[in-house]
Amino acid sequence: MIALVDYGAGNLTSVQKGLAAAGGGVIVARSPADLANASGVVVPGVGHFAATASLDETWRTAILEGIGRGRPLLGICLGMQWLFEGSTEAPGCPGLGVLDGRCARLEDRAGTLKIPHVGWNALSLVRPSALLDGVNAASYVYFTHSFAAPVTDAACAVSAHGDTFAAAVERAHVGGVQFHPEKSGDAGLRILRNFVALCSR
Amino acid sequence: MLAKRIIACLDVRDGQVVKGVRFEELRHAGDPAALARRYNVEGIDELVILDITATLEKRRTMAATVRAVARELFIPLAVGGGIRGEADAEAVIEAGADKVSLNTAALSEPALISRLASRYGSQAVVVAVDAKRAEEGYAVYVRSGTTAAARDAVEWAREAADRGAGEILLTSMDRDGTRKGFDCEMTAAVSSAVSIPVIASGGAGAFEHFVDVFTAGRADAALAASIFHYAEHSVGALKQHLRDHGIPVRI
Repeated sequence: MIALVDYGAGNLTSVQKGLAAAGGGVIVARSPADLANASGVVVPGVGHFAATASLDETWRTAILEGIGRGRPLLGICLGMQWLFEGSTEAPGCPGLGVLDGRCARLEDRAGTLKIPHVGWNALSLVRPSALLDGVNAASYVYFTHSFAAPVTDAACAVSAHGDTFAAAVERAHVGGVQFHPEKSGDAGLRILRNFVALCSR
Repeated sequence: MLAKRIIACLDVRDGQVVKGVRFEELRHAGDPAALARRYNVEGIDELVILDITATLEKRRTMAATVRAVARELFIPLAVGGGIRGEADAEAVIEAGADKVSLNTAALSEPALISRLASRYGSQAVVVAVDAKRAEEGYAVYVRSGTTAAARDAVEWAREAADRGAGEILLTSMDRDGTRKGFDCEMTAAVSSAVSIPVIASGGAGAFEHFVDVFTAGRADAALAASIFHYAEHSVGALKQHLRDHGIPVRI
């Protein structure tokens, strides 16, 4: 079963439905103990980075312990940003820190863009990854965010809205997507199926 | 590059789509889920279900409709019409809506916008503004356009954004149903005043109208219902037309 972490940052219905459509069995994890027998972990999340403060030390320990054992993890949107060291959105609130770098607000340097970045934008695949396997180059996916992760060597896809930012990251079995795969049509479902497949190995 | 979104609106009463539907070959032409499926295949970017039911059983019926549409749809789904408070919003969000669209309730109780934004995130809160041209500016109306709200659309959109709305759904009452084109001037006025996306609605009758609203109207998305009900106006053909005119779309 894939554990979907419920830490109070938004509604989980769509993610749950997406994972189920991708063939994954899903349990909603309301406490770190619920992760014990999970084959994979999904950290979702919308809203302010400060909401991740609810992922306290016991959650972090349980999640890190799973990563240490090679259990696949997927962060979605705020859940992906949380994998980094932190965000300028809530400087006092540390991220999990399994990926280097800090998230920052998208900047409209030309004065022509709207922030938040809401809607369908094209992915640019920068290297092969298990998560994006089979996803067509330049696929459109659905974003809704104001802050974003930096492009580091963890990035497997980037997108641009003023700044170029990490749209998807993958390091070994830890992955994340800034967009919402559960709302990104066929491309999104493909990514969820890839994650479900990783969890079944 | 961020694509301009094409959004289809389904007016639903008692679980059935009530406006004319062009997909005559569908076995259940008025079935929202069947129509949603078809639009999805054609490449629609987002769906709005507008509840125009007026019965006490409404909330339960609506939740069932939303659940049926959301079951196999993996694009954003917004639900509006008769969302009066947190309980209504909760019911449709739990049924699978990604966004709720507030209109009358937001104007009578603006704090509702902030409460829903802090609970579900701003991306889940759309504020619908129905407006028509006034002697000066654009006058906002509530209760399905029957009551003047004594507010200006630009100023109200700005306040809604400040209170945490994630998007503005702006309907021109002057153009609604006319098929004469969107009110680009009003759309541009609102879109320039806020940093959140503005969805233009009301008046779509030809592909050129979409080109206009994305350029002169500075809209981030455009919503239509009846234009997609005729076979010659498929979502796919509209998007190709937009791409041919240099407008970024998801194809």
